[in-house]
Amino acid sequence: MKARDLLFVPLIRNNPITLQILGICSALAVTVNIKVTLVMCVAVTLVTGFSNLFVSMVRKQIPSSIRIIVQMTIIASLVIVVDQVLKAYAYDTSRQLSVFVGLIITNCIVMGRAEAFAMNNKPFPSFLDGIGNGLGYSLILIAVAFFRELLGSGTLLDYPVLPLLAEGGWFEPNGMFILPPSAFFLIGFFIWGIRTWKKEQVEEPDFKIAPNSKPQEA
Amino acid sequence: MNHYLSIFVSSVFIENMALAYFLGMCTFLAISKKIGAAFGLGIAVVVVQTITLPLNNLLFTYVLSDGALAWAGMPNVDLSFLGLVVYIGVIAAVVQILEMVLDKYVPALYNALGVFLPLIAVNCAIMGGTLFMVERSYTFGESVAFGAGTGVGWALAITALAGIREKLKYSDVPAGLQGLGITFITAGLMSLGFMSFGGIDL
Repeated sequence: MKARDLLFVPLIRNNPITLQILGICSALAVTVNIKVTLVMCVAVTLVTGFSNLFVSMVRKQIPSSIRIIVQMTIIASLVIVVDQVLKAYAYDTSRQLSVFVGLIITNCIVMGRAEAFAMNNKPFPSFLDGIGNGLGYSLILIAVAFFRELLGSGTLLDYPVLPLLAEGGWFEPNGMFILPPSAFFLIGFFIWGIRTWKKEQVEEPDFKIAPNSKPQEA
Repeated sequence: MNHYLSIFVSSVFIENMALAYFLGMCTFLAISKKIGAAFGLGIAVVVVQTITLPLNNLLFTYVLSDGALAWAGMPNVDLSFLGLVVYIGVIAAVVQILEMVLDKYVPALYNALGVFLPLIAVNCAIMGGTLFMVERSYTFGESVAFGAGTGVGWALAITALAGIREKLKYSDVPAGLQGLGITFITAGLMSLGFMSFGGIDL
């Protein structure tokens, strides 16, 4: 595969969240506010890229029976670096992300790409694959965060866009967008949108519903 | 006793790992097509969660936290930055040991859980439980109650979702929402339902 494909196919055509079902936990939990989401996206993209790079470098030395532990150790070390950097330079954001920085370790995107791609490919393509999947993840997260912050609190990046009723404007914020369930609905609708556009992603139903009556009787 | 019971109940219903904190979502959405499989996975999570949380709690209190190594004559050592790698190591090891023990002594349960056990090592509900425990500085007893509670809550949520999905496959879902899309929306509605527990104060 060409470098361009590795980077851009995961954005829509093979998106980790809407098609591969990877990395959903954090997509739902850290999307109330765009600023926090951006930090999370950068962290996940970097960790995915570099863990793919390092796993791919040692892929020929890893015995397959203990590969999960080896991958985990590599990923956990990278996440510790991210965690310490965040605590040192962006303490408030790291407080807001609370446990979710640590949870990048068990974010299935990182493990999933290490296992599915980096174990069988050379370091450079693996790095690009990691960055590409990180970007695909970021795309969905930022889209969700955009709607949640705009409709939930009328701001974008903490800058007021829709003037609130409470401050003399006209916009009554929709409280549901602050609450967790709205993220489920938004991602559900994004999936609907993407699959209406890219028909090949539509899943086959388990059962076909038979028509209620025969056409000639109707 | 009351205190532990309240931690247990609130982590099952009010702070449900899957529906209030979205932890363990990947497996939650991927393995909830059949009730049987979902229930088996749920039981496995309860067992692993109840073992790893107190274990990580002991490690945190006696090895990792600031000044915890005083008993070993090193009162100025702070190893808390190593937390993440230690916790994930403990989780992976417990899962591996549990797999071997069950294989040897309880083959029936092993066959029922077999395929799901390795998946649990990367289930964020387990890791998330540990991190919440550290963040809220629970004691050993509290961590046992919290571990059991979060495990049961997660099992309850995935079994309920699987039940809904088994019924849902007979309904006429728009093509683009088929499968993953409608599952997200179902989970969102369930999450709204669980939020009604929110006001309960124990």
